[in-house]
Amino acid sequence: MATEKKGVRLEHISKIYQDQKTGKDFYAVQDANITIAPGEFVTLLGPSGCGKTTILRMIAGFESPDEGKIFLGDEQIDELTPNKRDTAMVFQSYALLPHYNIFDNVAYGLKLRKMDKNVIREKVLHILSLVGLEGMEERMTNQLSGGQQQRVALARALVIEPSVLLFDEPLSNLDAKLRVDMRNEIRRIQQEAGITAIYVTHDQSEAMALSDNIIIMKKGVVDQVGDPQTVYYHPADEFVADFIGESNFLHATIADKLDSETALCRFEGHEFEASGCSHLDKGKECCIVLRPESARLADEGTLACEVVLSRFMGHYQNYHVMVGDTLIKITDFNPRTHKIYNVGDHAFVDFTKDEVHVL
Amino acid sequence: MAKSQSARLERKKLLGDPILITTIVVLIAFLTLFILYPLAILMVDSVVSDNGISFDVFTRILALPSFDRAITNTLRVGFAVGILSALIGLLFAYVEVYVKLRTKFMTGLFRVVSMLPVVSPPFVLSLSMIMMFGKKGLITRGLLGIFDNNIYGFWGIFIVQTMSFFPVCYMMLKGLLKNIDPSLEEAARDMGASRWKVFTSVTLPLILPGLGNAFLVSFIESIADFANPMIIGGSYDTLATTIYLQITGAYDKQGAAAMAVVLLSITLLMFVVQKFVLEAKSTSTLSGKATRARMLITDNSVRIPLTILCALVALFVIGMYLCVPYGSFVRSWGSNYELTTKWFEQVFTKYHGLQAFSDSFMLSLIAAPITALLSMIISYLVVKRRFRGRGFIEAVSMLAMAVPGTVLGVGYIRGFSSGVMHTGFLQGLYGTGLILIIVFVVRSLPTGTRSGISALRQIDKSIEESAYDMGADSFTVFMTVTLPLIKDSFLSGLVTAFVRSITAISAVILLVTPEFLLITVQINEFAGKGSYGMACAFATILIVITYGSVLLMNWAIKHFGTSRALKEE
Repeated sequence: MATEKKGVRLEHISKIYQDQKTGKDFYAVQDANITIAPGEFVTLLGPSGCGKTTILRMIAGFESPDEGKIFLGDEQIDELTPNKRDTAMVFQSYALLPHYNIFDNVAYGLKLRKMDKNVIREKVLHILSLVGLEGMEERMTNQLSGGQQQRVALARALVIEPSVLLFDEPLSNLDAKLRVDMRNEIRRIQQEAGITAIYVTHDQSEAMALSDNIIIMKKGVVDQVGDPQTVYYHPADEFVADFIGESNFLHATIADKLDSETALCRFEGHEFEASGCSHLDKGKECCIVLRPESARLADEGTLACEVVLSRFMGHYQNYHVMVGDTLIKITDFNPRTHKIYNVGDHAFVDFTKDEVHVL
Repeated sequence: MAKSQSARLERKKLLGDPILITTIVVLIAFLTLFILYPLAILMVDSVVSDNGISFDVFTRILALPSFDRAITNTLRVGFAVGILSALIGLLFAYVEVYVKLRTKFMTGLFRVVSMLPVVSPPFVLSLSMIMMFGKKGLITRGLLGIFDNNIYGFWGIFIVQTMSFFPVCYMMLKGLLKNIDPSLEEAARDMGASRWKVFTSVTLPLILPGLGNAFLVSFIESIADFANPMIIGGSYDTLATTIYLQITGAYDKQGAAAMAVVLLSITLLMFVVQKFVLEAKSTSTLSGKATRARMLITDNSVRIPLTILCALVALFVIGMYLCVPYGSFVRSWGSNYELTTKWFEQVFTKYHGLQAFSDSFMLSLIAAPITALLSMIISYLVVKRRFRGRGFIEAVSMLAMAVPGTVLGVGYIRGFSSGVMHTGFLQGLYGTGLILIIVFVVRSLPTGTRSGISALRQIDKSIEESAYDMGADSFTVFMTVTLPLIKDSFLSGLVTAFVRSITAISAVILLVTPEFLLITVQINEFAGKGSYGMACAFATILIVITYGSVLLMNWAIKHFGTSRALKEE
């Protein structure tokens, strides 16, 4: 597609809302600085009310920022109305025009651009085949399933060849299996079109599956920006570690520094080595993130524990064990080949120094 | 925290949309000039005279015994009508929602009763009341042999207004009852409550605010009503008729203005209570949708008495309405019931019937599309857009609902007969057909706007946003998305505005000049003179026109409406 790729830049963007109950003003988004490269797929991830949709709507032009500037490419766009911005949004509720059929829905934006009829027809049919809806042009929107409606919404946004595609939780109304199929579709189509995309979701697996980069938001503030591996293995704080995947938090103290990177950590009377401790001095307290799948249960190892829950989940065995007063969750994949521990068994939690992340 | 930047950006965006900004400015100017200004001038005129600000006029009119009597009469009728309308409305709503109606005949009766007030000119019931129960009444004299029954006065107004306004209560309460989750009542039943106990301890408390709401709505309608007290009131004057007589009889415009202020204050107060206290309450307690269908009452000990009661009321009302067309074919009501078409012939030969119909028809035909489009635009702006002045537009167009036609009429006389602010500006407007059209528009605007607003609230905000996002400007969004989606509401607004305009009397009777013959004014005149045959003939043709328009609307909605296109599977 002949779209010129453009990046998006948010500089010190803030948005103030009024609390409906107390009448007090608060920051829905506070001092957000985001740079999105041309052609990049970026996800805004966070729990509801974290300001991610507000950011998306500010980029689209439905809301105006109270502080800061928004750039599309090199152009500052804050003063433009939504119809003058080169963005196209895919809505959570699909927002198809119910009085038009599929063809007219997709052609709507092109007709507004006063294109030639034959060109419109060609473009619409091409895009419908791209999203897998050939031959459906004459259907009305309410004759389509949720997944098909979502494809129409996507086609409608793609066909006007915008510089940026905006997705506002587009898959949240679909059932779980369809959601997985559709997110792969969205990624494929975005790659094919080579278009910049900003995607809002609260589903971390969706964010992982789709994105080049993930922007994690918490209470209106950008908490961490990074690619999926970074945010998973090197979360910026407990919030990110907890929000993306599952985590055990071990509150430990640095007993000794072995070299600039590695430290000896003391936790519940046990000592073990952890890397990535350059930011911590001896005697400091720290929080160690241990992913459930990074820990193993063994007859000998780092932390002595007692099993309090052992449950077979099919593709993994789920353990809860107590190390002193701390509960640690362990996921043991493909348990068929492993020894199974039962409730009351004494065992050890085992991991290497590179399998933890120290905050 | 400062929101100045977003405010500035919103302003910029608004200015980037010239059609939108023009619409808003024109709309605000229209509402100010034709709703706010006439009301304001009433207030000003009744306190400002040549020797400065004084309340002399109020002291004077309050000392008038006729005014004193009018207030008492108005309030007394209002309360009585409000209470009885709400109760009958409740009865009908309850029976329709809770009781299994076995026959098609009964469901048909309910439909007719709910539709009658829409198609009927305001004074038809008064006419038939006189013809049925008056001195020469079909029932009083013909059937019972009573020769001196006096139907004029309190009882006449009370019965006629109740019959006119209870269908509105019925429709309001029906909506509320349908929203009660049946499991609430089933739970009470399950714990051992009798059906009566369930009604008094669950159903009734739940709809009590709605019942209060229904009472106030009919109360306001009753005290604002002009046509019925005019025809059947006799010497029992209400505020609306007193104001009219003060202008046309006593030529006391300033006194009429002061009286209009009093009437307006009462309706506004009631309206505020109704709008902000009861309406909010009645919807907040019943916001939940019913989860599943209700088990209808089939118990005959409940079903039969309630059904019979409803049927009697409905048949009585329908009989009253039929009396008018019948009367138009009768040679001399009360003495000679021989059938004749002489009244219709006279309508067109002797009394300029054709001109009356074409005047009424044309003026309403012009007013209707303006009203419908205007109310859809207002609804769109109120529901879908954020801008300064939005609150003003919403408030003023809703305010118009609380303004009795008579008050508006006096306001227009005071406000435009010598030009805006007595400066001569726009004086040319006064006495023209244009001002009649404007009155029609203003009088129907609130109903249209209300239906538009509720229709638009059903539409997901993101549908319009998506069109906007695709590159459409506000005007294109409105024309290609909003309007097609609320086509039903638009069509019904069109017809409602037409019907309301062609049957309007209270405001226009004060403003109409001899140049224009309006049907309603003709009916009022003939009824006043006692020529019921003529009045009936005019009224019958009017009913045919309005009923025809409603049929046309239903047909249009069925064939071109959105619901069909959207429901099509």
